[in-house]
Amino acid sequence: MVVMSAFSPGSPAPGENAAPRQPDLGELLRASARGDEAAFAQLYDATSRRLYGLVLRVVRDPAQAEEVAQEAFLDIWRTSARFDPDRGSAMSWMLTIAHRKAVDRVRSAEAASRRDESYEATTQDRAYDITAEEVERSLDAQRVRQALASLTETQRGAVQLAYFGGYTHNEVAALLGIPLGTAKTRIRDGLIRLRDTLGMQS
Amino acid sequence: MNADIHGLSGAYAVDALDDVERAEFERHLGQCPECQDEVASLRAAAVELTHASAMTPPPALRDSVLRQIATVRPLPPVTGRTGSSGGPAAERSAPLEAPATVTPLESRRRRVRPMTWLVAAAAAAVLLIGGIVWSPWDDGGSQQPPLTATEQVIRAKDAQRFEKTIDGAKATIVRSKSLGKAVIIADNMPAAPEGKDFQIWFENPDGAMVSAGLMPHEAKPTVSMVLDGDASKYKGVGITVEPAGGSPEPTSAPIALIEFS
Repeated sequence: MVVMSAFSPGSPAPGENAAPRQPDLGELLRASARGDEAAFAQLYDATSRRLYGLVLRVVRDPAQAEEVAQEAFLDIWRTSARFDPDRGSAMSWMLTIAHRKAVDRVRSAEAASRRDESYEATTQDRAYDITAEEVERSLDAQRVRQALASLTETQRGAVQLAYFGGYTHNEVAALLGIPLGTAKTRIRDGLIRLRDTLGMQS
Repeated sequence: MNADIHGLSGAYAVDALDDVERAEFERHLGQCPECQDEVASLRAAAVELTHASAMTPPPALRDSVLRQIATVRPLPPVTGRTGSSGGPAAERSAPLEAPATVTPLESRRRRVRPMTWLVAAAAAAVLLIGGIVWSPWDDGGSQQPPLTATEQVIRAKDAQRFEKTIDGAKATIVRSKSLGKAVIIADNMPAAPEGKDFQIWFENPDGAMVSAGLMPHEAKPTVSMVLDGDASKYKGVGITVEPAGGSPEPTSAPIALIEFS
């Protein structure tokens, strides 16, 4: 766990949260595309906490999380020229790549050992598993937690199982004991509310 | 149908679709600007959640990432040149599909996703099959066990190889005209949806589909099967999702079409 207390309560965390010193991630990606390794190192420093934290959350096993995060960064480097700022922020692009990889990893790990695994056995602790220890104390984290709180409990459960659990909407439906088709609606409604509460467009 | 598929935007934005649904939704996405906007905005919202899970990675990660990138050349930008339809070589070096970008399925089909460990593992599995053939230590000695039907096709002098990648899954068809046989090797293929099977079809020169069998259910990264029928007279292979047990003719659009050309 990172100790944030070195920073005064109102001051932003280092790296991605340091608004005034926040590097332009899109610019760093463009420089990376030209082979600028120093730019990529900066990009890494600005994004690694969110990217690694996301991957760890989905994959859960720290050793695998490290591998997946490394693959994600390598892909980001390799495909940096493909980043299109018209389609979203650089952070969103990078984290989407990492998320997809993390999900692929947990699903394939499952496919490899898909036996008598019952969902119930693994999920009790998964549905609402943002624990106080894991939680960031940055302003952004607080903002996100408030936004999450504005979702209905079922929306929140569905969104978290899908995003952090890496489950498909059909699996989410089974986990929550709701009809097939309902989960996808809850995920979408939950995300829409999250988006609107956070006041973001795209 | 449209309203229905539109409703998948949220699940798509958080990677909560299975591979078949994802392929279907992406086909839709290519022609639905509304969904494109919605997916982008929902992704941006989902990504905000990571503020609450941020975690400092082990310092070793930074070192290995930076060491590794030094050995890899970033891909060039997409220049908008259409190019040819993309043979196997083009497929291998084709631009990587970043999930954040919306790409119509047609172009997506020609792209290869980043080489994950899994794909690498699947590739290794293929090499394992192929290794029997091309390994330098294979002296073709008489000790060899008889070849399986799959090996015969792969080893045939006139063996031709056709590949298609969809969302990290790869279907490889190896065909030998002289043997009149073809084999499908599926890497990293997800399980068929509940109550469904993946059915393989030969495509007649006139476009009609003839069943070539059902993919076996095996929880292995690489599954192969010899196709039913004389492979020399068809022009391609298609894969569809069918009700369990298969159908006499396809009841849904193919999730992949692989032409012998």
